[in-house]
Formats: sequence, C-alpha cells, structure tokens
Amino acid sequence: MLQTEPTPEQIREHKPYLQLGLTEAEYDLFTARLGRLPNYTEVGLQSGMWSEHCAYKYSKPILKTFWTKNERVLMGPGEGAGVIRIGEGKAVVFKAESHNHPSAVEPYEGAATGIGGIIRDIFSIGAKPVASLDSLAFGNQFTAHNQNLIEQVVAGIGGYGNAIGIPTVGGEIQFDASYQDNPLVNAMCVGVMDEKDIQRGQAAGVGNAIVYVGAKTGRDGINGASFASAQFSKEEDADRSAVQVGDPFMEKLLTDACLQVTHEHQDALVGMQDMGAAGLVSSSAEMASKAGFGMTLDLDLIPQREPGMTPFEIMLSESQERMLLCVRAGYEQEVLDLFAAYDLDAVVCGRVEPGHQYRLLHHGEVVCDIPVSLLTDDVPTYTTVPQQPARLAHPAPDFTPTITDVGATWRALLALPNIASKRHLFQQYDAQVQTNTVIAPGGDAGVIRVRGTHRALAMTADSNGRLLALDPEIGGAITVAEAARNLVATGAEPLGITDCLNYGDPSKPEVYYELQESAKGIVAATKVFNTPVISGNVSLYNETSGVGIHPTPMIGMVGLIEDLEAITTIAFKEAGDQVYLFGKTGDDYNGSSLQYLQTGAYAGRLTGFDLQTEKQTQDTVLAAIRAHLVTAAHDLADGGLAAALVEMGAANRLGIQGTTALTSAQLFAETQGRFIVTVAPAAVAAFEAQVGAAAAHLGVVTTGAITLQLADATIDTTIAELATIQEEALACQLK
Amino acid sequence: MKAAVLTFPGSNCDEDLLWAVKEIARQEATLVPATTTTLAGYDLVLVPGGFSYGDYLRSGAIAKFAPVMTALKTFAANGGYVLGICNGFQILTEAGLLPGALQWNTSLTFVCEPEPLIVANATTAFSNQYTAGQKLSLPIAHGEGNYYADDETLAAIEANDQVVFRYAANPNGSLNDIAGLTNAAGNVMGMMPHPERAVEALLGSTDGLGVFDSLITATKGAAHVAD
Repeated sequence: MLQTEPTPEQIREHKPYLQLGLTEAEYDLFTARLGRLPNYTEVGLQSGMWSEHCAYKYSKPILKTFWTKNERVLMGPGEGAGVIRIGEGKAVVFKAESHNHPSAVEPYEGAATGIGGIIRDIFSIGAKPVASLDSLAFGNQFTAHNQNLIEQVVAGIGGYGNAIGIPTVGGEIQFDASYQDNPLVNAMCVGVMDEKDIQRGQAAGVGNAIVYVGAKTGRDGINGASFASAQFSKEEDADRSAVQVGDPFMEKLLTDACLQVTHEHQDALVGMQDMGAAGLVSSSAEMASKAGFGMTLDLDLIPQREPGMTPFEIMLSESQERMLLCVRAGYEQEVLDLFAAYDLDAVVCGRVEPGHQYRLLHHGEVVCDIPVSLLTDDVPTYTTVPQQPARLAHPAPDFTPTITDVGATWRALLALPNIASKRHLFQQYDAQVQTNTVIAPGGDAGVIRVRGTHRALAMTADSNGRLLALDPEIGGAITVAEAARNLVATGAEPLGITDCLNYGDPSKPEVYYELQESAKGIVAATKVFNTPVISGNVSLYNETSGVGIHPTPMIGMVGLIEDLEAITTIAFKEAGDQVYLFGKTGDDYNGSSLQYLQTGAYAGRLTGFDLQTEKQTQDTVLAAIRAHLVTAAHDLADGGLAAALVEMGAANRLGIQGTTALTSAQLFAETQGRFIVTVAPAAVAAFEAQVGAAAAHLGVVTTGAITLQLADATIDTTIAELATIQEEALACQLK
Repeated sequence: MKAAVLTFPGSNCDEDLLWAVKEIARQEATLVPATTTTLAGYDLVLVPGGFSYGDYLRSGAIAKFAPVMTALKTFAANGGYVLGICNGFQILTEAGLLPGALQWNTSLTFVCEPEPLIVANATTAFSNQYTAGQKLSLPIAHGEGNYYADDETLAAIEANDQVVFRYAANPNGSLNDIAGLTNAAGNVMGMMPHPERAVEALLGSTDGLGVFDSLITATKGAAHVAD
C-alpha cells in the first residue's frame, strides 16, 4: 500500500497533528526544542508520547501529591507495576489499568486486551501473575445496547483471563446513570515473586541489544493512547480501528517465556518492558530514558503482520502480546533460542547507543532523530484553575426516609442492581486455576495463599463514584477506607494501593476540582491506613457529548495475612453463634441505596464518616480475627445492615434472631466504619473482654428464621425468602 | 505410583495437577511436554485442563495431533491408566480414546462454581475409594462441558456401567447428567469437574482426593500421606 505522508512544511501549514490530539502550542514547543520542523513520523511519536495516557499532562501535578513510600515499598510508581515486601523473601507486585474507551467501542476485545495489558505489566517486573480483579461500572438503564456491553465485557474478561490461567478472585460491578455512555472497565493484576528477581524497564549499556518479542505488529490500535485521551462523539464507530485484538494463547506463551528469561538468564537480561499504550515508541523511549542512554532501532527488522506499514504505523501500533527486552551484548542467541522454543518471534531490532538520541531507520533511511527526552521528559504539564461545581456549593437537604413496611422495603432494596448478587456474571470467570484461591469472588475480598510461605494475600477493587459526586474529598477517603475494611474483614492487614483515576475532561474547572479534592481525601486516608499508592493509571476524558462521569477513583488494595488459620469469610457458620455490630449507626442516608430506592436519586452532603474512628474500629476487628475469636466477618456498605445480614446468611441459609435499639430506617443507614461479626458461644467471654464497648450484641444466628425486634417495628421472615430475591434479581433484569 | 502430567502449549492446570499428585498425594509425578514420543515407565498419564493451542478451532481439536498423542494411544492400548480433566477430557474424546463429544454449555457461557456430583460407579480405578451414590462437591470451570453421544453409544455406555460421576444439578446440558466416564475397558477416564482443585481443606474441599487415592490403590502404590 502506498501512502503519501505530508512533508514537514505541509505539517506546519495544514496542522494534521490537531487530529492526533496535539495542540498548536504543543507542536510549536516540540519544533522549538528540536530546532527544525519535525517530519510526520516524529509528530506521530510526539502525539502518542504527549498524550494524557502516556504523559499525564493534567494529572501529574495531582499524582505528585500521592503518598507512595513506606518501609515495605520496594518499588513505587514509574515502572510497569509497584512492588511491596511481604516477608519470607517474597514480594507482591500489583497494578491496575483502565480500558474504558476501547471497551465502549468494542466491549469484548476492549475488556480482553485490558486484562492482557495489565498481566504484561506484572510479569515485566519478573513476577508470576497469581490473581486478577475487575472493577466495572455500567449504566443503570438496561437497554439492548447496555446489556450487550455488560455481556461482552464480562465475556471478554473471562475469555482472556480463563484461557491464560490466572484466577479472577474479586472485583465489583456497579450500575449508575453516570456510566450509561461511558462504561468503566478497570482491571487489576497481582503477582508474586522473590524479592531478588525484581526487573526494571531499562535499556542501559552501549552496544546492548534491543530485542522485540511476541506477536507481530499490525495496523490495530494505531495511536490508541491518543484515542483514549479524547472525548467520545456519538459517531464512535469510526474509532473502531483504534481497538486492539487479544490472543490469550500467545500471552500465556509470552508470560512463561519471559519469566523463564527472568529466572534462568539473569546475566543476559538488562531490562524488560511491556509494549502497552503507544506501543513500540513508548516502551523503547521509556527504557532508554530511564537508563539515560540513546537508542537506534531498525524498523525493517520488526516482525510485521502486513506489508507496507509506515514507520508511523509500526511505532504507534498497539498490537497486543509484545514485549521489549534489553539483552547484554553477546547473550542474544541464548535469549532468541529460548523464545524460539516457545514458537514465539524474537528479533534483535536495535542497540543501545551512547548519548541521548532516539533514532529510527526504515528502508535504509533515518526517519526519526530526536533527543529521547523530547518524548519522555519535555512534555508540558497543565493545571486548570479549579472551580467548585454548583451542585456541591448547595447540597440538597438531608434525606429523611419514611418506612411504613420495613419488610417490603428490605425486599425492594435487595432487588436493586447494585445490591443484588452479581454471581451469574462473575461465575463466568475461572476463580480457582493455580489452586491457591482461599476466598473466591462473593466475599469481602479475594484471598490467595502464597506457595512456599505461610502467608496469604487478600485483595479488593472498590469505587464509589456516586459518593464522590456528592463530596469528592470525603468520597475519596471513604473509597480507601472501604477497601481497607474489605481486607480487614478477611483477617488481612492492608499493605498498599494501586488506583485508576476515572474522570471527565480535566480542562474543565469543575472536573479539575473533583480530581484535586478527591486526591486530598485519598492522600489523607492512605496515610491513616498505612497504604501507599505504588502504581496506577489515569483515565480522563470519560465524557460523551460533553457530559462527564462521576469522579470515580478505583482503589485496588492488597493486604497480608500471616496466619492461614485466621482467614475469615462472610458466611454465617453455625446456628447459635452470637452476632455483634462494630461501629455506631447514625441517621446517615444521603447517597444511600435507601435514598435511591425512595427518591430515584442520590443527593445531599456526606455524613457519618470519620477517618480516625474508622481506623480504630478496623484495628479492633483485625485484632479479634487474629485472636481466632471470630467465625465470620463482613463490612457494612451498600444497603447497610439490611444487605449485610442477607449476604452473610445466604451461603448456608442461616438467619438471625435479635433485638436492637436501631429503627427501621437505621437498618438501611449507610454510616461508614461498621462490621458485623459472629462469635462461637465458647469464645464470647474472651471476645467481649477483648473488644469491650467497640461492639454491640445484636443477636444470635438461627437455622433460617430472621426475627428482628427493632425500636419501632418487628420483622419476621426467613433467609430463604430474602436471599432468593438477592440472588435472582439481577439475572432477571438483565434478560 | 509414577504419573506423567502432559503439558500442551496453552495447558493451564498442569502445575495444579503436579502439585496435587506430588505435594498432596505424595506420589512421583513429572511434567511431560506434548512433543514427547514415549510414555513407557509411567503408571498413570494425566491430561490437564486449560486451553491447549488456544482451543481456537474447537476444544482439543489441535491437541489431538500433538506427537505425544500417538504415545498416549499406545499407552492406553497397553492398559495404562489415563485420566483427562476438563480440557483433558475434551482432548481424549477428540482423539477417540473416549466415546462422545463435549459441546458448548447450554447457557453458552463459561461457568465456574462448586458442583454437586453423585458417584455412579465406585468400582473403577478412578473411583474405588468412593461409595456408589456418594455425594461430592467438585469445582467445575468450563465453557464446553455439555456431554453428547448418539443414542446407540449412550445406551452402550450405560449398559457397560461406564459413567463414573453424574451431576446432581446438571449445569451444562450433559446427556444423562454425565460428568465423568471411562472407556469400555475401564482404564481411561475423562471428567469435566476438577478433582485437583479439591484436595486441600484450606481451599475449601478435599472431595477430590478420592480420585487420586483410587488411582494409587489401582496402581498398588503406597497410600498417600495426608498433609
């Protein structure tokens, strides 16, 4: 195929870079630093590397405020993934990434390649991927289009994750009008490795080889990073070519081969990086930049899927399942042989050079010759003057629910899509392959044991857009607190965080305000819970036709369990166990599911949250679990106590008999910082002595009856009735 | 007992089987690549779950042409014990070592859940440590586990008592609720549920240990040492 690219002069004249997502000022800056007019390839590289997705132009000033380091952190943000020490010589590696835009256009491949990309980030560090999680958000109108999105995103995650053999152990699926045109697909992957094997994405040492490995480069996903950094128009189908196609079989081979290089050819390997957003240019330029060297690549040597690809296309293709390695000179053949044994393409396509120039050769001509820093470091950052959105300046008055029939309200609440069980969706994911899964999806957090140690890891992925829409700072802190609460309920001590920051257009003052305020809340909470942010990504421009999503930071958190005997699940275990409630319940209904049920909206200021109180409660619960005093534990979230009791009783069809001073409305209050635990009769005395006034006795587990004497009403029903509603509601609404 | 665990490119339960046999059942076991041409010297060959060669054409359709399959047919013809689990079951039916075929689940979706089973035949090499009618819970994780055979074949399977496990609540549309069955000679079994995922109390169930214990008995190995 013959293609005529514009000359440097034509580029200056006709400004094709505007279609690539660059501004005139950015082009001028690049040209000035370069000292000449850039050619089309160079402008293309600039557009990919200067996209928000790669360069964090708007979010960098915000990201700098994150707390990223404590004594356990071995590697923080800036590499493929962050690393935290877990003891016995082992480390946990994790990261989350958004694939919102591709999934909106082509849900199956968009979601599948999101999984594929995050897995490569994990093994690029040298870690074996051991678990993944997904945080999904869709619109709440179940139109045919939306149902197809939900079905295909779930199928894509399963299609890729199941085939590659990494268990999906947790996550969340929520529904809100805010995501109707902008679904969120955030994928998180967790790996485990020996501390000594940590790799970095660097290309150091003059003369060392740059080795391209994996799938051939095709014309798919070209300039996807720029695509992900722009708003959608309703004519989104025109963007289809910016979505990549995944091959989990190839990725499985690639994972095994790269880990073998890490483990058996340490002396040969200098560095390794995934070709993710902005493909070959970002991986190679970042590897050169981090090591402080130059690089030359010969594009004729790059394995290509079709003839006639231009340097622009080769460098900006986002074809999947590709890795870039830097291999010490003289060791090339042993590495190439290793990949050949897996039937994978592997070629030496360039060398590390002295100096700092980034040079590309194509058909014997130099098609790019620019300082590496121009791609990686010289990107301008932008701050928008933030402005508080009008809705936050004048919040709606506090919501006061009216409950006439508490049983009917309870049943209706359980059928809300956000409360109803998502089992028929997440059971499409293999949760047990690798045979380490102690707690599969459906609990507060996924738990896997770490082979070769006496430890386990708990993990969760949480977001709370609807609360951030009411108060970004408090909502941000709540999201971190809830993630920690989920881990604590399994018996884990929170270790650290990865995040996906999903927001609207950051050049809008209101969106920038949301970004800034939520970061404040997140930073404050991470310090209280001792959970530094070790990795993450940013997904801005989640807008369609000018309307943005709720500010939705997704918090992926990993915790450590040092006593396998102390792992606790949410299920009531036995009739006769005593039930206790941790944390005070207030009249906190703003932003609650009860408010949504009764008014069809979420509104008002956020009440009922205090970081220090939350931390104290979590510490007390964790200590009780670690002392083996607790038989089940569950945090209270959406739907408050009413939802939590059903979730705990469902698995074994056990109920509760109790008397409480709470009112009917308070049964549905969403005061933060609360847990339900059960205690075996023999442990009651020790439990009460240890926790003191932190927990209030609520009742006793029954063989199935639910009998609650509230301050203003009596409930007499069964777990069978309530659990059936909760289990069947969503599947009915989606078909 | 000396077991070979086959690994095809794309297998992903091979390490899990190796762990179950070596670390839990305390028997000898080795990973054997699909390029191997002989299986002499093993008491048992395990064909693991996963997505061999990506399962792109049809589950097991490409794996049946792997070099090791010729050796496996010889091994089975000589009376060696062969157990295929999940993708392994699909490969064995594709290769003609077991009757019938596995189609897409009637739901047309992948499903992963603990599945109640009933032991239909407790006299086989793979089930002699269970009792007939015993209820078990073993995890399933598959998209194509819907067992099909034509009427004549199905009648022969039943008449010959080849069904070893049946689903108590059929999750995929399998004819006669078949979850696992042997060949006519009784030395080759395929099953969709994963016994290797149910061998440790920490992970929720030890109901799958009986399969490995049965094979140890059948091959006259030492009884496994509980962990």
